[in-house]
Amino acid sequence: MSASPVAKLSARDAGQRLRGRYRSERRFRMYGICSIAVALVFLAVLLGSIISHGYSAFVQTKMALPIDFAADIIDPEGHRDHAALSSADYRALIAAALVRKFPDIEDDRTAKRDLSRAISQGAENELRKIVLDDPSVIGSTREVWLTAAAPADMLEKGNVPHNSDSGFSDATLAKLDQMKADGKIKLAFNSNLFTSGDSRQPELAGLLGAVVGSVYSLLITIALSFPLGVAAAVYLEEFAKKNRFTDLIEVNINNLAAVPSIVFGLLALEIFLNVLGLPRSAPLVGGLALTLVSLPTIIISARVALKAVPPWIREAAQGLGASRQQMVMHHVLPLAMPGILTGTIIAMARAIGESAPLLMIGMVAFVVDTPATPMDPATALPVQVYLWAASPERAFVERTSAAILVLLACLAVMNATAIYLRKKFERRW
Amino acid sequence: MQFLTLVCGLLLLSTLVFRLGRGRAVQLSGGSGRVLHSLPSYYGYFVALWCGLPALILVCAWLIFEPFILKSLVLSSLPAEAAQMTPVRLSLLMNEVRQMAASGDYRFASDQLARDAAEHYHGLKSISFAAMAVSAVCLAMLGAWFGMQRVSAKLRGRNAVEGIVTLFLIASSTIAIFTTIGIVLSLLFESLRFFSKIPIGDFLFGLNWSPQMAMRTDQVGSSGAFGAVPLFTGTLLISVIAMVVAVPIGLLSAIYMAEYAHPKFRSVAKPLLEVLAGIPTVVYGFFAVMTVAPALRDFGAQLGFTISAESALSTGIVMGVMIIPFISSLSDDVITAVPDSLRHGSYGLGATHSETIKQVVLPAALPGIVGGVLLAVSRAIGETMIVVMAAGLSAHLTANPLASVTTVTVQIVTLLVGDQEFDSPKTLSAFALGLVLFCVTLALNVVALNVVRKYREKYD
Repeated sequence: MSASPVAKLSARDAGQRLRGRYRSERRFRMYGICSIAVALVFLAVLLGSIISHGYSAFVQTKMALPIDFAADIIDPEGHRDHAALSSADYRALIAAALVRKFPDIEDDRTAKRDLSRAISQGAENELRKIVLDDPSVIGSTREVWLTAAAPADMLEKGNVPHNSDSGFSDATLAKLDQMKADGKIKLAFNSNLFTSGDSRQPELAGLLGAVVGSVYSLLITIALSFPLGVAAAVYLEEFAKKNRFTDLIEVNINNLAAVPSIVFGLLALEIFLNVLGLPRSAPLVGGLALTLVSLPTIIISARVALKAVPPWIREAAQGLGASRQQMVMHHVLPLAMPGILTGTIIAMARAIGESAPLLMIGMVAFVVDTPATPMDPATALPVQVYLWAASPERAFVERTSAAILVLLACLAVMNATAIYLRKKFERRW
Repeated sequence: MQFLTLVCGLLLLSTLVFRLGRGRAVQLSGGSGRVLHSLPSYYGYFVALWCGLPALILVCAWLIFEPFILKSLVLSSLPAEAAQMTPVRLSLLMNEVRQMAASGDYRFASDQLARDAAEHYHGLKSISFAAMAVSAVCLAMLGAWFGMQRVSAKLRGRNAVEGIVTLFLIASSTIAIFTTIGIVLSLLFESLRFFSKIPIGDFLFGLNWSPQMAMRTDQVGSSGAFGAVPLFTGTLLISVIAMVVAVPIGLLSAIYMAEYAHPKFRSVAKPLLEVLAGIPTVVYGFFAVMTVAPALRDFGAQLGFTISAESALSTGIVMGVMIIPFISSLSDDVITAVPDSLRHGSYGLGATHSETIKQVVLPAALPGIVGGVLLAVSRAIGETMIVVMAAGLSAHLTANPLASVTTVTVQIVTLLVGDQEFDSPKTLSAFALGLVLFCVTLALNVVALNVVRKYREKYD
């Protein structure tokens, strides 16, 4: 066998080219791995930053003060009647306790004011509750753990530097340090976050109102979008003949699934508020708007689930004499139900995080009270995140992150349920 | 609450009547099902529908017409001085009256007139509710009686019930059409009112956007400027940045997942990527404000750039991250749908894996990928919360990604959140912007869905 020089050269060339091609192959693979890594790093940074900002909001600084429940301040007339006890000046008790603990501030009004800023305005309510629950404390002195105000809270959690940038004077800082050294400052679980409504004071602001608003909206959304969505899917998949009308419906559903949610908000504002005159800021209207947003998703996923039921189920049912509706209601729908439920839960998880339509219908008001009915003004969980994020105070950053964590936890639970349902009831035909 | 009780009561009544009807049918059959046309339960449903449906329809109609009738009743009861009020003042008064009547709290009434009217309204409303409840229950009873009368062995119970169910199914599926019509009509109606004040050419091609209207007409700058071009360019800028981030990352991840990844790696990485899609956009907005924007600003400061805290860059990057899973899952679907015969042919000719992907698989999947990217663009344009939180408010006509720009959705939100007057061009312009947004996204969706569908048919 005689190889010509030309062929030898080209073989070497070919070897080089092959190596080049393999290099480019490896490079291409690397691109893929890198882009997945970039996406996952973003996810990690996102979650990491939210968690690192937010975990500290689940605890709250408390300060112990020896409160003298002086009868002459709380109940000078001695009748112990409810109205007098409710309207007493509990702030004065706190101020007196501070002076007793740190006698040097007695004549220094600035120092007194500075120190009393460390105690939350909500502390008065805590004292009031103690007295109203048990009027016999009047006249006695006891140590009470009071909620610290946001600046002191931030200082304790290390979110602000330990100097005059924290908002306290050096003298006050020294006093707070002394209290801490005495064990009179502690971090306790922040139950306030889950039991109270919104507030201008970060340490008093809670999520209850927003959660209840979200729950009302979601209940209305489920109650409307599930039956309507399933009915529409059943009609399109099982009964409708292929004609212009059903084509039109399908095109509409597919388009609505991709219409920006804020447009649904504009629709809700115009139709539900301006034309029908329903109340602004109400979870009822929020639920209606979210129904419109989530209907297309539910219809599409329900159709997929119905399509997955094999035709021989239908043939067998009809062969035994079932009518078309009996076949669908008794056999096809129950078999498709796990898939439909999975799709519905995922659509609801999307709806619970949706905020743009809710902004349009005014669910962004500052609402302190927990809504009692779906007609009362309310906010929703994601809108509360938006509202707190817009607050300038440093302490609200932590609250916002905590609200996001609560929201993400809800979503995780819903999605986990959907995955569980899918895994448990998935059938291969 | 009362209303809920009424509806529950009606439902309970229908259930009761269902049992009656079914019992009647069983009685008629005398133990053998053969004499009956349908199964006994269908007769139960038949009677229950006769009982429940007319009553529910009555309640719905009542609720729709009640406000109008109450309004005219209250207005006609107002003293003579009210007749001279302007329509705007009257509608304000009615709003106040309605709110006070709803809350039952008359302490903050603006004047005696409003207070009296609110009390009158409240009284009328409770009368109206009582009348509605009584007539609904009466109608339900009447319907049940009528239905029971018609139950006989010859009655085609199943056909009647199935007819109603079919009607319900058809009605549910037409909701999509009505939603679209509702969107188009409501946007068009308000936009036309806007265009009657501001010429449409000025809106679409004007270069200056400052919708703040002065309170008095003699103030400087009393008429706002409504040139939306800066909003369109701002939206475009942020969307382009988002696409620059999302398309390469999303597409390359999809290729790796579909072509290279071990099934085990895929089963972990794919759900993790989907987590990005499940995170609410308000969270991305907060992330952009809290983490990305400060980081970019510090980074820019080190290089000697001034990057605005509300820069299009940080907003666009975060929006791109949000869109990655969208693009990757759509592209993944299209890539896996390319038949293996094409790949095998390419391998047979000696191509490497990546050459096959680049020269055979991707061209075959291109229409689907383009469709997916178009859908993603439409999502980026319509995305609201990220830009509301992270992008700027003031409109600048610039293509500099380090500067602050505003978008269509940001303006819609700022114009409509807070107090609104529904006849000022400021509020109405939000609807005009909404109309533009709807038209653009609709066009993108129609094109994208058609491309994707055509492509799917090719390999099916």
